[in-house]
Amino acid sequence: MPSPLATPPTEKSSRYSDTTEATRSLSRMRRLTLRISYAEKKDRFFRNGLLLAGLTILCLVIAIFLTLVIGSIPSFRATGIHFFWGKVWDPVTGVFGALPFLIGTLLTSFLALLISIPFSISIALFLGEYFPPGKGKNRLAGLVQEAVELIAGIPSVIYGFWGLFVLVPIVRNIETQWHVLPYGVGIFTASLILAIMIIPYAASLSREIISLVPDELKEAAYSLGATHWEVIRYIVLPYARTGIFAGILLSLGRALGETMAVTMVIGNTSAIPTSIFSPGNTLASVIANEFTEAANETYLSALIELGLVLFVVTTLIHLIGKRVIRQFSTT
Amino acid sequence: MKSTYLISIAVASTTLLASCGGGGSQKQSSTQDDKTLLGAGSTFVYPLYSKIFNVYHQQTGIQVNYQSIGSGGGILQLINKTVDFGDSDAPLTADQEKQAGAPIVHIPICAGAVVLTYNLPGISDTLMLTPDVLANIYLGKITRWNDPAVQSINPKIKLPSLPIAVVHRSDGSGTTNIFTDYLSKVSPEWKTRVGASTSVNWPVGLGGKGNEGVSGLIKQTPGGFGYVELAYAIQNQMPVVKVQNAAGQFIAPTIASTQAASNISLPADAKVFVTNTTAPNGYPISGFTWAILYREQHYGDRSLNRAKELVNLFWWVTHDGQAYCADLHYAPLSATAQATAENLLKSITFDGKPIFTSTTQ
Repeated sequence: MPSPLATPPTEKSSRYSDTTEATRSLSRMRRLTLRISYAEKKDRFFRNGLLLAGLTILCLVIAIFLTLVIGSIPSFRATGIHFFWGKVWDPVTGVFGALPFLIGTLLTSFLALLISIPFSISIALFLGEYFPPGKGKNRLAGLVQEAVELIAGIPSVIYGFWGLFVLVPIVRNIETQWHVLPYGVGIFTASLILAIMIIPYAASLSREIISLVPDELKEAAYSLGATHWEVIRYIVLPYARTGIFAGILLSLGRALGETMAVTMVIGNTSAIPTSIFSPGNTLASVIANEFTEAANETYLSALIELGLVLFVVTTLIHLIGKRVIRQFSTT
Repeated sequence: MKSTYLISIAVASTTLLASCGGGGSQKQSSTQDDKTLLGAGSTFVYPLYSKIFNVYHQQTGIQVNYQSIGSGGGILQLINKTVDFGDSDAPLTADQEKQAGAPIVHIPICAGAVVLTYNLPGISDTLMLTPDVLANIYLGKITRWNDPAVQSINPKIKLPSLPIAVVHRSDGSGTTNIFTDYLSKVSPEWKTRVGASTSVNWPVGLGGKGNEGVSGLIKQTPGGFGYVELAYAIQNQMPVVKVQNAAGQFIAPTIASTQAASNISLPADAKVFVTNTTAPNGYPISGFTWAILYREQHYGDRSLNRAKELVNLFWWVTHDGQAYCADLHYAPLSATAQATAENLLKSITFDGKPIFTSTTQ
């Protein structure tokens, strides 16, 4: 649309044509500098706004950390450093040890990751490389994409109930056949539920990265006689590995903190698990379970300290993951 | 440049923290109009409160806002003086009373029972258990259903050779408190090894979250065995165990037998678990839920009017309000419990003067 006034072609908005009404008498040069300084001001304002938003997040994280540290002081006074490797959690006598829950958290999360990786990478390849939805007219790919997004949107309590009523009997049958104690609930069941819950995170991010692999690279490989599999194996996956790893890291973070679904199928016993089929407990689920009725100060503080442990573990794993990604992308 | 950033971030974080921390300890001036009373606490009693407070509102125009945040939370909120009354499934501990700073009265509201339920395929007769056997199952000493100790109590039932899948609550709850208190009373070993609390270090068994989590696990597992609230068991028509009481009778958990359990001579402050009752037809695993409030009502900026409304409310709850208990599967107060509640309500003061007599004048 041609503007009635002489506005520079880069200016998209026609809003300025009204404001320039007042400056009509000014020279064209003057008007331009005014507009530029106005734009600059807006730019600075925008930039500061973004900075503020970013800093708020940073402040929040630090504030959460400080809250957890301050909240854990009574428990730290009572139990000391022993808290981190104590094996007994007994609210009656006030003996608190986080080790069984720490082990439970790490075991379920990494087991879930192990189960989910083949699925999430397969989905990512299917959607990113074979049938990119939207490009062709592949209905199935569109449906798969929707389903993946839907999985991420289901509330975790639904997963919990589904796990309790559907997955637990199946796992119990497997356990009976393998001659382990047929509890049905336990570390393994919790890992299965978690695996399903975290698939979308790794899958979506990996799909994005895979679809970003330049066509030139792939075409070059094809022109040298590579098969589709070889293109995926030697071009797509190496190119996208950083992104895929980042997606896996994201899903691990989700698994570490998941509470509701896990607590419904893990068996909630505060003993150190002896096998992947034995019942256990995680940091997040102990907090969720016992927080409401923890009326005594040390007990409450011990639960907050569990939160601190979870916070530190998540941060550590994240930092290690970042390092691995950097290693990956430089070699 | 970078260091100034870091410093300002640290400062901002602490300010944020301080402002958040302030919110908790700040004395929330309870709503100024005396037509709205605030309460918080036990989730167990919530369905009853929600019903009777609604009726009370229609009859008197006094509104009661009750938040079911758990007994522990209710006690804390009362101590912080952010509510007019709390509700707890367990009496305050000595520690908590010290924290409260002033005497707190416990008014029994109604009674609930903890029932044992099981999943034994093909068995339709009601199972019976003695306290001893029950404690030994939860201690992990009896592990199979056809253990001679269980079988001898139930001669008519052919018990299967299934392992007993013991289930308990994983979330801290008043139900667990009543149950473990009972086990502590009937088994010295339980008392020394485990003890009683809202959460304990269970020797055996799986944890389910809430009544629904426990019953879910039991229904799923052949040989499952666990405890839930009486109301939940009635609503879901679950099989329940007849437990032998202190008088030697095997008692089925019902509203009547739960009410009977508290029909014993109670201490004047009503702060007692009526588990293992001496009442001959009382169900042994039951307990009160208590409304808790300060004995001296003149604290903070409270008005006499507000204190009066509070006492009137609980007078009504412990008398006319009792009619709604049975429909919601709570046991109404027994005659002795009601008398104790009356005395306690009469002991509440404002500036040292009893409130109840002044309202009846």
